[in-house]
Amino acid sequence: MQVPAPFEYDRATSVEEALSLLERLGPEARVIAGGHSLLPMMKLRLAAPEHLIDVNDLTELDYVREEGDELRIGALSRHRELLESELLGARFPIFHDAERVIADPVVRNRGTIGGALCQADPAEDLSAVCAAVHAKAVIRGSGGERVVEMRDFHLGPYETAVGDAELLVELRLPLRERAGSAYEKVERRAGDWAVAAAGTAVWLEDGTIADAGVGLAAVGSRAVHAEGAEAALRGEEPSEELFEEAARRAAEDSSPTDDQRGPADYKRHLAAELTKRALRRAVERARG
Amino acid sequence: MATVEERPVGFGRMHRKEDPRFIRGQGNYVDDVRLPGMLHGAVLRSPLAHARIVSIDTAAALQHPKVHAVITGKDLEEQGLAWMPTLSADTQAVLATEKVRFQGQEVAFVVADDRYAARDALELIEVEYDPLPPVVDPTEALDPDAPVIRDDKEGKADNHIFDWESGDRGATDAVFARADVVVEQDMLYPRSHPAPMETCGAVADFDKVNGKLTLWCTTQAPHAHRTLYALVAGLPEQKIRVVSPDIGGGFGNKVPIYPGYVCAVVASIVTGKPIKWMEDRSENLTSTGFARDYHMHGEIAATREGKILGVRVRVLADHGAFNATAQPSKYPAGFFHVFTGSYDLEAAHCEVKGVYTNKAPGGVAYACSFRVTEAVYLVERMVDVLADELGADPAELRLNNLIKSDQFPYEAKTGWVYDSGEYERALRIALDMAGYEELRREQAEKRERGELMGVGIAFFTEAVGAGPRRQMDIAGLGMADGSELQVHPTGKAVLRVSCQNQGQGHETTFAQIVAHELGIPPEDVEVVHGDTDRTPFGLGTYGSRSTPVSGASAAVSAGKVREKARQVAAAMLESSPEDLEWETGRWFVKGDPQSGKTIQEIALAAHGPLELPDGMEGGLEAETFYNPPNLTFPFGAYVCVVDVDPGTGKVAVRRFVAVDDCGPRINPTIVEGQIHGGLAEGVGMALMQQIAFDEEGNCLSGSFMDYLIPTSLEVPDWELGETVTPSPHHPLGAKGVGESATVGSPPTVMNAIVDALEPYGVRHLDMPATPARVWAATQGGPERGT
Amino acid sequence: MQVSMTVNGEEVVREVEPRLLLVHFLRDELGLTGTHWGCDTSNCGTCVVLMDGEPVKSCTVLAAMAGGHVVRTIEDMERHGELDPVQQGFMEEHGLQCGFCTSGMILTARALLDRNPDPSDEEIREAISGQICRCTGYMNIVKAVRWAAEHQPAAVEEG
Repeated sequence: MQVPAPFEYDRATSVEEALSLLERLGPEARVIAGGHSLLPMMKLRLAAPEHLIDVNDLTELDYVREEGDELRIGALSRHRELLESELLGARFPIFHDAERVIADPVVRNRGTIGGALCQADPAEDLSAVCAAVHAKAVIRGSGGERVVEMRDFHLGPYETAVGDAELLVELRLPLRERAGSAYEKVERRAGDWAVAAAGTAVWLEDGTIADAGVGLAAVGSRAVHAEGAEAALRGEEPSEELFEEAARRAAEDSSPTDDQRGPADYKRHLAAELTKRALRRAVERARG
Repeated sequence: MATVEERPVGFGRMHRKEDPRFIRGQGNYVDDVRLPGMLHGAVLRSPLAHARIVSIDTAAALQHPKVHAVITGKDLEEQGLAWMPTLSADTQAVLATEKVRFQGQEVAFVVADDRYAARDALELIEVEYDPLPPVVDPTEALDPDAPVIRDDKEGKADNHIFDWESGDRGATDAVFARADVVVEQDMLYPRSHPAPMETCGAVADFDKVNGKLTLWCTTQAPHAHRTLYALVAGLPEQKIRVVSPDIGGGFGNKVPIYPGYVCAVVASIVTGKPIKWMEDRSENLTSTGFARDYHMHGEIAATREGKILGVRVRVLADHGAFNATAQPSKYPAGFFHVFTGSYDLEAAHCEVKGVYTNKAPGGVAYACSFRVTEAVYLVERMVDVLADELGADPAELRLNNLIKSDQFPYEAKTGWVYDSGEYERALRIALDMAGYEELRREQAEKRERGELMGVGIAFFTEAVGAGPRRQMDIAGLGMADGSELQVHPTGKAVLRVSCQNQGQGHETTFAQIVAHELGIPPEDVEVVHGDTDRTPFGLGTYGSRSTPVSGASAAVSAGKVREKARQVAAAMLESSPEDLEWETGRWFVKGDPQSGKTIQEIALAAHGPLELPDGMEGGLEAETFYNPPNLTFPFGAYVCVVDVDPGTGKVAVRRFVAVDDCGPRINPTIVEGQIHGGLAEGVGMALMQQIAFDEEGNCLSGSFMDYLIPTSLEVPDWELGETVTPSPHHPLGAKGVGESATVGSPPTVMNAIVDALEPYGVRHLDMPATPARVWAATQGGPERGT
Repeated sequence: MQVSMTVNGEEVVREVEPRLLLVHFLRDELGLTGTHWGCDTSNCGTCVVLMDGEPVKSCTVLAAMAGGHVVRTIEDMERHGELDPVQQGFMEEHGLQCGFCTSGMILTARALLDRNPDPSDEEIREAISGQICRCTGYMNIVKAVRWAAEHQPAAVEEG
């Protein structure tokens, strides 16, 4: 088995300590939580940070709770916890749909939502999920906290708005009535990265879609937040024709590439097909 | 503890004797071997598929405080060890000298204090390469202007390895010429890899004082390896001990000798210390023996009433950069000529052309039974293609063409003599278990609603148990197997066999063979294997040969012991040997069952002061070097049901019915386990496994992120049935089963998928049937995927 | 750096490089070779151990990260000469062949049964879906875990 290059290790016991370590050690330091994105890269020597800051002790960042009109998820929440959270499943079933098909049950014991989002792999599912539910990311640095919309959080493949000396600490999801959400993913095999995936969220008012979120995984960074599809849905009454139109726009929003998981035209087809299926289920759940 | 009556003496279900250590984590695999002073080796590998080596600078690596040695091809060249013979009479570079010929090829070997330092040291070795254009597509390998890969061979001006044919070309052409219906189909059996959970590795310990080399190694053929090391390295054979301890899966991946083993041996000699080399998974996938990569063009001829007349095949075989396939030497295409399948044909002919490409060497591995997987895939897909052409039901078409029971022993048109079979019965049982009629009804209903469901059938005849030594040798070593059985004075026994298991349960099944023949309970029979110092010579375990060859050897040895026991018993009973009768565990005087001596009593007497007849020696033991008179031919009928999502192309395997006939089953539980495993492999090959390359020869499947293996979620519960048709020539009638399911399942699954796609007019789809490819097929896309 | 953790009920303290993976710590430092490794990309699961009662892939955990935690390996399953029902189940139902994935499978099954004493076949398949077996085709592993679930109380009585 391959093994990482040498590095120094520190364990943070508080968020403040983690931040001050990041400041002190500079850009050659990386935070490690679940480690299931970072360590494999380090073992293959695709990444070689000089310093690792272990944040697994920051249990203060491990929670799912309602606060006012928001559902707040701590960045250190493990995939398994999100899958098992009844609160999260009731309010945002898209998370359960997605977590069921993220990696495998053993990896889900360790991987965290913060780690997944900050790794920002183009095929990563929670980025699309958070985009679909219009989540906001709370980023903390030595200067304080800032709240960032998901569309501004994602900057590109492996690139997020989290600066060198900052930590993603929380996700905030809007709690509104008549909400429904769903995730549909195609993978070559259980546990694999998405060939393509679509997450949708709808908020209904008097039978029409007051607001909608569509996030796609693995079909290009622009499609993580599929704005064209969202625009097609807003203000409209749900119908098969509407879903078709939104799906078509989702395919337009996407810019997939040929790779081992499939050719671009297939992925574009999936972007549409899965958006349609996710919308059907999201609307059903919103109505139910 | 069950009584004698409750637990089987001999054949039957019993717990495995080897389990107690594995369930406690007390197995002893090669990486568990730790010796005092042991150092660790790591291999530096080429990033390029085809390039000249301009220079190798090891200075920085040698300066690393934990590095003891760095070996390059040049160093080996000085000892005449830079090249080694392969099991196919070719040569393979141990460490590259002037050129690298596949991505992942071994270039240097570093020895360090621990595996972490060894890994670090690899980065300190600087190699300058001068890239050469790679040959990746085997169809381009024979272009006149293709770069010559094996320019190390004197006078070699192309990438051609061999041409081989079997069958009667003239008779086959004639049959095709007059046939009402002829259908042809290109089909690829893609390159895949056995990927056992344990990677390959070795611990080499050369004792300078005694001059003895002990090599712990992941090898399925310890004795063959010992002889090859003796021939290659010039080490005296009696001073080489190869120990194959517990092996975490073989599947043919652990048959060849890999450069890493040779480097470990050399390093141990050079440093005087034990050297451990364990490859990582990417090395395993990119450099060790791959499987398949047969590019086939099949044709089938029939009457319009559906009588199959002949099958004709042309194959382009991609062997990679060195011809390192492991099969009997007279058969460069292995047993591919069993592509005549399970049908009574009038004629058949095949041509196989082997070529070099800039890819890892190999081809025969992954439970292929020496290319029987390719052969059965070809014929079973062709039969379905014919069914499609004729508008015939694939079950009916097979039933009308299977070899009939009264035709056995059956001489196939390519020379095989199938020993025994009751084919139609097995297929009917499988169809019955599957509820075939009901499935077709369900399929019709679903088709009306636009839902895709497929039912696939395959019938296979395997050819295993290589083999008669006159016809079958590997690297000049005849494929006979030795066994030695010793019964101790207290009636317990030790059986030493030459085969080496990697999970097949030999410690149990071979004990059961002795129990069956001698009546000594399996708990009292110790099976020794895997250590060349302690076991007789034989060719090892692969090609499902353990039961047919080693098992036969053990049975014959046990039979000899039983006969000697008769003589001893006669002396004990003061009777004549002809007057004795045997029932499990004892000889008694005919007509007087109260008399009699148990095998345990006989064993004690044989070692005691009993007066033995003239010319008879004491003790109770025997040995046999078993030369099988023929292969054995297990067979089976499989049915698979799949559901396909037309919107995404995803395939779900709903059901799998497998009826196998491997003759009498020594331990049915173990037989069923072997079948389960092979069926899962077939699902993997059909749906997701492929070792892929880009046009530069970069391997795209170098990790389990891209070389996908089925999990528990991709496979159904297996539904097994059986028939029992003994082999007439095997002492126990047993045929072997280790690879049957791997042979039979891929065409079953693919036949089901193609059947599901029938509304789209799809006649054939190449493996792996990934969602992308299946979806493309529904769009009228290419049948053969990229 | 110094790392200290509880392994199989005992406190262990060792001097290690920060980059030492937990799987190597267990195998090479502590000589507990029942935990295996089989890939480079956290896919195969032969390295699974229990950390604070939950299965983790020990090839993707640094020994340093395991510091202060409770680790349990296959060697800890048999207690006072009594096999865990999961171990017995694997023998009863032929849930292993080469044995290489077996340590991890047994531990994951143990953790599953601790949370869910009566899992369905689907739940068992889901629980082991992060671990690959090449030999068994999975069905007998599922049966082995079912056997353990059905024999759980009996084992407790004998103990």
